[in-house]
Amino acid sequence: MRINCPCCGERGSDEFLYYGDATVRRPDPDQPSALEDFTRYVYARRNPRGPHRELWYHAAGCHSWLVIERNTQTHAITSVEFAKDVAAAQSAQAGRSA
Amino acid sequence: MRPERYSIFSVFKEALRGHKGWGETWRKADPKPAYDIVIVGGGGHGLAAAYYLASEFSEARVAVVEKGWIGGGNVGRNTTIVRSNYLLPGNIPFYEHSMKLWERLEQDINYNAMVSQRGVLNLCHSDAQRDAFARRGNAMRIHGVDAELLDQEGVRKLYPFLDFDNARFPIRGGLLQRRGGTVRHDAVAWGYARAASDRGVDIIENCEVTGIKITNGRVEGVETSRGLIRAKKVGLSCAGNSSRVAEMAGLTLPIESHVLQAFVTEGLKPLIDGVVTFGAGHFYISQSDKGGLVFGGDIDGYNSYAQRGNLPVVEDVCEGGMALMPFIGRVRLLRSWGGIMDMSMDGSPIIDKTPIDGLYLNAGWCYGGFKATPAAGHCFAHLIARDEPHPVATAYRLDRFAKGLAIDEKGMGPHPNLH
Repeated sequence: MRINCPCCGERGSDEFLYYGDATVRRPDPDQPSALEDFTRYVYARRNPRGPHRELWYHAAGCHSWLVIERNTQTHAITSVEFAKDVAAAQSAQAGRSA
Repeated sequence: MRPERYSIFSVFKEALRGHKGWGETWRKADPKPAYDIVIVGGGGHGLAAAYYLASEFSEARVAVVEKGWIGGGNVGRNTTIVRSNYLLPGNIPFYEHSMKLWERLEQDINYNAMVSQRGVLNLCHSDAQRDAFARRGNAMRIHGVDAELLDQEGVRKLYPFLDFDNARFPIRGGLLQRRGGTVRHDAVAWGYARAASDRGVDIIENCEVTGIKITNGRVEGVETSRGLIRAKKVGLSCAGNSSRVAEMAGLTLPIESHVLQAFVTEGLKPLIDGVVTFGAGHFYISQSDKGGLVFGGDIDGYNSYAQRGNLPVVEDVCEGGMALMPFIGRVRLLRSWGGIMDMSMDGSPIIDKTPIDGLYLNAGWCYGGFKATPAAGHCFAHLIARDEPHPVATAYRLDRFAKGLAIDEKGMGPHPNLH
């Protein structure tokens, strides 16, 4: 499995560390349902067979956090983005909807 | 028709007849419209559960539905090791129950599963690791499990060819469980299938579950590729794909699917007579009766349903092997493969009821499911038949994460790729 890092180019997956599902969001601790929300956030997994958006860290490279879309059934990688760009786009989106 | 009982006499008789008289090992059943209990997943655990439901718990109308064929999943993809050398109180009695069931399995099911108690030796490479093994060994002995702490000389007597004076990972000793060993994995699947079928269980192959029928919070049956099968109780025992099947019932599990690779070399003369694990990395090795060295190591470490892994882990596993016994570097690899593990959030399994009435779950076996086969089947059968957990499996609750009762043998937290 090779990952096309937007900073370093195509590199072997052994240069990267895996940090799981990139779609989960830290719940609001002030909500009354915070206990259940955090239990779900920490322990529950969607675990799809097919496309999966996930976090990888380029530990033996540029030290970027990446959001990668990878098919868990075939290991085919369809997109690689900087996690900071994904987060910025999400904040912009949240700003517009607020 | 009840199949012939296997014995030395049946082997002689068939040898004289040119082996033309052997019947089928289990009945090829077609699905009936309804059962009392349907087990989803015809792996080792599902077949064992069906066998114990039919034998010990006298359930008469039981079916096992399997999407592929018997022996095609993880029960045929493991490295066949059995042991009960656990540390935590929630785990030791369960795995020891399993070990005791292994010890009488062949008599129970009348099938030669090649149960071989050849000893499992975990090597330690530092003082701290020896202390940890002493603690683990003591925990095992307090629970009545055999454990021996060996010094370097003790290990040398058993395996003189190991690289004791390795510059980075010298071997200081090891923790030996003599009752551990290996079991022929395919024979476990075939033997349980035959014994269950013999007691009236319908084993339905090529029958994939596509939906779970639930009305008013109560399970009514399973939709399959061969039509609706009604059932009063449904047990899910489909590790690797537990999340996908549970999703059909609207459940999100504390499980990620990961790929674990295993390897077999070309056949060699007898070399390693037990199971040896390397403590400074993750590497375990034994030798099959055909002579191939069977070994494995860590999971690849990312979500996968692919049943094949990648080269970095192949390299890592082989480096572990080379650090332990450098002479295996010249041995050629015959084959390697991957299996899909239900990695739970604390490295321990789940055998519990679900929030849906009549729906039961046996999942989250990480990469230790094979050794648990008889006890997982037995405890799952107990849970389904009696609606209460077997005494040795009370800790394997689905809600233990929410309640802070995780059984984290490795102390890694909710990061399945580290367990």
